[in-house]
Amino acid sequence: MVTQVTSFSRNGLSDWLIQRISSLILLAYFLFIGVQIANGIDYTSWRALNDSTAMKIFTLLAVGAYVSHAWIGLWTVFTDYLTEYMLGSIGNVLRPLLQIAVVLALVVYAIWVIQIIWG
Amino acid sequence: MLQVSIYRFNPETDAAPQMQEYQVETGGKDLMVLDVLEMIKAEHDASVTYRRSCREGVCGSDGLNINGKNGLACITPLSDTVKKNKLVIRPLPGLPVVRDLVVDMSLFYAQYEKIEPYLQNNSPAPAIERLQTPEDRAKLDGLYECILCACCSTSCPSFWWNPDRFIGPAGLLQAYRFLADSRDQATEERLANLDDPFSVFRCHGIQNCVNVCPKGLNPTRAIGHIRTMLLNRAA
Repeated sequence: MVTQVTSFSRNGLSDWLIQRISSLILLAYFLFIGVQIANGIDYTSWRALNDSTAMKIFTLLAVGAYVSHAWIGLWTVFTDYLTEYMLGSIGNVLRPLLQIAVVLALVVYAIWVIQIIWG
Repeated sequence: MLQVSIYRFNPETDAAPQMQEYQVETGGKDLMVLDVLEMIKAEHDASVTYRRSCREGVCGSDGLNINGKNGLACITPLSDTVKKNKLVIRPLPGLPVVRDLVVDMSLFYAQYEKIEPYLQNNSPAPAIERLQTPEDRAKLDGLYECILCACCSTSCPSFWWNPDRFIGPAGLLQAYRFLADSRDQATEERLANLDDPFSVFRCHGIQNCVNVCPKGLNPTRAIGHIRTMLLNRAA
């Protein structure tokens, strides 16, 4: 039986809203990075850009958006395909295992990014 | 001769479903798919099992998967669906097969029941009837015409994967039919029952439902209206 306790916010509307807002933040972030790279970067300018408080906040915002967006999306995929209904009892083993793996990966990414921009 | 291929399965005796071939003489007429099934049952094989009733697209009994697309057999002309002289008829996808083309619709009806498809109004009933302005009545157009044939819900992957938790396009179209009704007073309770991650939000807007609806209705638009109502309620 699939329940919603593992969903990001336990609420369909806020999950849906977070998914959309986080996609806009990620789009803005990657467009900004793309423009920076297209304009040509070297170590000094890249370092200066990422040392600024505004850029650190923007990066942190993008990481938060990435983590929530990835979790909501993958949770939906897992609860569609890796279920008892689709796979039999193995679904109820596979789904929590993959969910734990994804949560671990996302937490590691988030901490890693924080360490890079403030390290 | 039209080549007809029909899904055959009797869960009590068959280990697996199989497709059975029939050659049907249509006499060059543009028959409806249901006419072809009736001819097969009368002239070739009386054991072919399917549901039918009104044979004019009103009752919603003969929803079938016809050449890969869900539709009502009684109002689908051969000219609309047959290519290369081949007609493949299968039961509606995603629901358990009872026999041949007959599916068990319990899951579909259970979702319909969840949205409480009846007018809820606790104010004292007026002497004659609860009146509605023509404008309020017009809001129900495109919603009330649903005949519950299940063509939409059984063409929806989200309903295939979560038929026990996702209401499905047919149920959600009816959910909005009552949310949009000026005489209904249970809007808050109805919305509160819909904002979990499954009931409405498993819809990803791929519009298979719109593509197949034999009555030309648009469940995706109704689901969009429900989302807007949920947003306005939360904001």
